[in-house]
Amino acid sequence: MKTLVWVEHDGSAVKDATLAAVTAASKLGEVHLLVAGSGVDGVAKAAAGIAGVGKVHVADNAAFGHNLPENIAPLVAELMASHDAFVVPATTTGKNIAPRVAALLDVMQISEILSVEGPKTFTRPIYAGNAIATVESSDAKLVLTIRGTAFEKAASTGGSGSVEAVSAGGDAGISSFVGAEIAKQDRPELTSAKIIVSGGRALGSSEKYQEVIVPLADKLGAALGASRAAVDAGYVPNDYQVGQTGKIVAPEVYFAIGISGAIQHLAGMKDSKTIVAINKDEDAPIFQVADFGLVADLFNAVPELTGKI
Amino acid sequence: MKILVPVKRVLDYNVKPRVKSDGTGVDLANVKMSMNPFDEIGVEEAIRLKEKGVATEIIAVSVGPAKAQETLRTALAMGADRAILVQTDDAVEPLALAKIFKAIADAEQPGLVILGKQAIDDDNNQTGQMLAALTGWAQGTFASAVNVEGDHISVTREVDGGLETVKLKLPAIVTTDLRLNEPRYASLPNIMKAKSKPLDTKSPADYDVDTAPRVKTVKVSEPPVRSAGVKVADVDELVAKLKAMGVHS
Repeated sequence: MKTLVWVEHDGSAVKDATLAAVTAASKLGEVHLLVAGSGVDGVAKAAAGIAGVGKVHVADNAAFGHNLPENIAPLVAELMASHDAFVVPATTTGKNIAPRVAALLDVMQISEILSVEGPKTFTRPIYAGNAIATVESSDAKLVLTIRGTAFEKAASTGGSGSVEAVSAGGDAGISSFVGAEIAKQDRPELTSAKIIVSGGRALGSSEKYQEVIVPLADKLGAALGASRAAVDAGYVPNDYQVGQTGKIVAPEVYFAIGISGAIQHLAGMKDSKTIVAINKDEDAPIFQVADFGLVADLFNAVPELTGKI
Repeated sequence: MKILVPVKRVLDYNVKPRVKSDGTGVDLANVKMSMNPFDEIGVEEAIRLKEKGVATEIIAVSVGPAKAQETLRTALAMGADRAILVQTDDAVEPLALAKIFKAIADAEQPGLVILGKQAIDDDNNQTGQMLAALTGWAQGTFASAVNVEGDHISVTREVDGGLETVKLKLPAIVTTDLRLNEPRYASLPNIMKAKSKPLDTKSPADYDVDTAPRVKTVKVSEPPVRSAGVKVADVDELVAKLKAMGVHS
């Protein structure tokens, strides 16, 4: 089977989510990559170095600069004439593009796969991860999105893929990119961080989040996260949210501070290697998944922890 | 312009899903069912666009069993003008759904279709994008703000790391994210009024769509259980445990 993996990048570097998709694709067969964008020579070279990669298709065109699915999907559909599976990281960009490609190919996509069980059989979470479905496709081609935390990342070096330019595609003329507000942080990204410090509604205010959560994260070089309740209460911006409707994370260590552990939050972090919970309510559901639980007032315990760690 | 709003009847988001012991799926017998929360946000946004004078008519559509009528009545009570039930007892996959919605869009000629970004049962996150592919229209997925400007719509999208704004030519497809709006509750008078609003019943065959599944569910199982660890007595003990794992500044 020949797979085509969508390379997610920021114009200069390949994003980590791609590496997990490469691992998933390698379980199906030969791994080809697609780098689409504007001025992406550097990304293409880096992509060719990913371990296990065969060919890298490079579509360099201003129309592909902002990942507009109206422009990208027809390009992918054309390339899929010579590939059997389109494999995409389940990021917001991937989720935007993959189903548009699937419908153009008349294929039923399989979303957020957790494992490859056979050439056309996969597992995936349903009901916010409260159940796991094993599903089998009957379509001639596959379109898959990959839950990044479920697969090891392929090595980003050591490969020797060949690079081939693709001339197909262009501007469909129905959509344009206006602008983006991407929070620039001096910290690791939530989805690839080794340590995450998350705060919940018990913090009570945005000031307290800054005062209590941020210093601990600073000390550990951790990413910052939050529960949906904390985001809805306006303590932190939307993109901090960890949970089924926010980001799915699986760091080495996850600190849940003042987070009760609603199903929707657990769905986003329960694959973390070690979970540390600090909450003054000893019956909080978060303690049922925590490796280390501390029943304490977070306003005392967290500054003390920050001082001692 | 008309706005088409697909809505799905799903297990209520407050109910904990239970996997059936025979592994065939999640138990939906005698549990509370409600409108998919993301679809509710879609209905609300359509109503707001009508209140602003941008939309003239809101058509709610649902593909599902006879009971999906209740979901459509909820949409009508919130403020949709009429409804179409495409009745079937089969589970219909996103690709077939998109084909049905495409056929309805061909007949109704809406300026906008607003869908939930995903249904909270199957968590597919596909139907809106697929409908956009089949109609050839532009798509603004995971919307946290929309603004109709003449023959275009600007959509602010929730993306990894922040927000992104795109400008789309109308007609277009929008899928909703959580923070687009807070849906209203239907008032009792509006619930009564909704009972007399028009609701057409159709079948997938009326739209020439084959709903046979392409993906077979082999089995459904419980997720691996994570067992609780230990409670530590104080911060010092926690620091010791963390340091033993190599976690320190």
